[in-house]
Amino acid sequence: MKEKKILCQVLTTLGFATAAAFLFPSCGGGGGAGAGGASKTLIQNAGSDTMVNLAQAWAEAYATVDPGVSVEVSGGGSGTGIAALINGTTHIANCSRAMKDKEITKAKNQNDAEPKLFTMGLDALAVYVHKDNPLEKITIAQLGQIFGEGGTITKWTQLGVKASDGNDEIIRVSRQSNSGTYVYFKETVVSKGKEFKLGSRDLHGSKDVVELVGKTPSAIGYSGMGYATEEVKMLRIATETGNDAYEPNLENAQSGKYPIARPLFMYTLGDPKGATKAYIDWCLSEAGQKVVVDNGYIPISK
Amino acid sequence: MEKVIEFIIRVCGISAVIFVFAIFGFVFWEGRELLISGEFNFWKFLFTKEWYPASESNPRFGVLALIAGTASVTVLAMAIAVPFGLGAAIYISEFCGSRLREALKVIIELLAAIPSVVWGFIGLTIMNELIMKLFGAPIGLTVLNGAIILALMSVPIIVSISEDALKAVPDSYREAAIGLGVTRWQMVYKVLLPSAKNGLLAAVLLGIGRAVGETMAVLMATGHAVHIPFDGTPPFFHPLDSVRTLTATIAAELGETARGSEHYQVLFVVGILLFSITFAVNLTADLVVKGIRDK
Repeated sequence: MKEKKILCQVLTTLGFATAAAFLFPSCGGGGGAGAGGASKTLIQNAGSDTMVNLAQAWAEAYATVDPGVSVEVSGGGSGTGIAALINGTTHIANCSRAMKDKEITKAKNQNDAEPKLFTMGLDALAVYVHKDNPLEKITIAQLGQIFGEGGTITKWTQLGVKASDGNDEIIRVSRQSNSGTYVYFKETVVSKGKEFKLGSRDLHGSKDVVELVGKTPSAIGYSGMGYATEEVKMLRIATETGNDAYEPNLENAQSGKYPIARPLFMYTLGDPKGATKAYIDWCLSEAGQKVVVDNGYIPISK
Repeated sequence: MEKVIEFIIRVCGISAVIFVFAIFGFVFWEGRELLISGEFNFWKFLFTKEWYPASESNPRFGVLALIAGTASVTVLAMAIAVPFGLGAAIYISEFCGSRLREALKVIIELLAAIPSVVWGFIGLTIMNELIMKLFGAPIGLTVLNGAIILALMSVPIIVSISEDALKAVPDSYREAAIGLGVTRWQMVYKVLLPSAKNGLLAAVLLGIGRAVGETMAVLMATGHAVHIPFDGTPPFFHPLDSVRTLTATIAAELGETARGSEHYQVLFVVGILLFSITFAVNLTADLVVKGIRDK
């Protein structure tokens, strides 16, 4: 008899737990779905690692604009965000690159809705070396020869400098292929259709790249200009030998003189509705664009 | 009532088998389209080193460099962990007093309780700088770094299983050996090691299984570079090169892929490969252990 009682208790507890799970679903119901309810409306916002700090800042600032909405930000890379959008696990995907045709088709087929693009700001991609590296400027072609498959530059002496630790081999620091920064750098610097040279150290985050370059005297890497630290130096970049080399900063990026600046996007599936629409509109408003400037990125010019 | 409980316990017992088959089935199912499609060349998959799974124009799926990465890190890790692990096991079981033994066992088990991401963090920060300083390497995220971390992670397994194997040798063997007037070391070397050799081998194999399957720590410590650390010029093996392992590749890339894409499927094929490797290692270990029991 005693055993039966215990079993009954276990079953009741389990029953309650299941019932509770059905009655009080987690707030991931969707943008706008829970607007009338007691719980907060949750907007899922995933993707670009470059944009994660910015997205977080937007989310925090928006909490004071509309306390009824909570924006949950996660990183992982543009590819991760797009995959999440296609698989229906996020409302907004942050992307530091445009969606590929393949991805757009997939999104359409799987969800019966066209992905919609919003340009949220600009990011200047900086090429970083260790602070003791004597190199000051570099051309796009040289970067292509360093990073691209079949490229011939592998030694610092080929660029006419010596790394401060005496090691002549160029240590390439790159990103994992789910990163929008990786794709953008591949397309604009390594040049379209070509691949990266294998053997680069492929790191997970924008910050990791800058940190590793700061610790490694013979390294070169690329990352958003907002991630600069005391330990690294940003190279000035020229389109070709003989042309002027420009420093990555606000004016040069907005004027288009700095050759590797790119737009930052948000994607939704179909036209955004309700809370998601209000959120994106706010991010594009003057208040939202101020957050962009505060985080070291370049606002979109109206 | 009795019957119900018996039934529940039986289900628990069988569930492990079901899970293993379900997982293998799932991994195989997710990768099936690519495996059976005519485009997939298994030979090329195993023996080329070009790993460009996300390429738009020319995707290439060669895992040779990843296999070399896993193999080099594992072998070097075992070269460090086996002598240390066996030495520690012999010391604990034969040479030290009972209080010290208990203390050592607790501490070594504590080593097994450190989460792998913490090990990875140690590799990324402390070991990185240490290797740069000690070996003058341009970068510390290398085979050596990953191997040291993995060695530390597999030592507890090797120690505890080896110690059990040594304990299982009947005391009469020891008494007989001492009775013949040998020294303690001679007894260990000539009597204990040969009679416990199956258990010791199993310990090493389970250590290897741990090392092959480990993900997070090696992802952080090895530099994650698609590169083969072997070449034709002496010393043939370069422990100060960065590599990337099979496990780390799956962990780093699976999140980005859309379900059902070619890239997604090839990662599952890598999963099948990995599963086969660890399965072979574990099976060998089990057969070896069974060998001891049947004796």
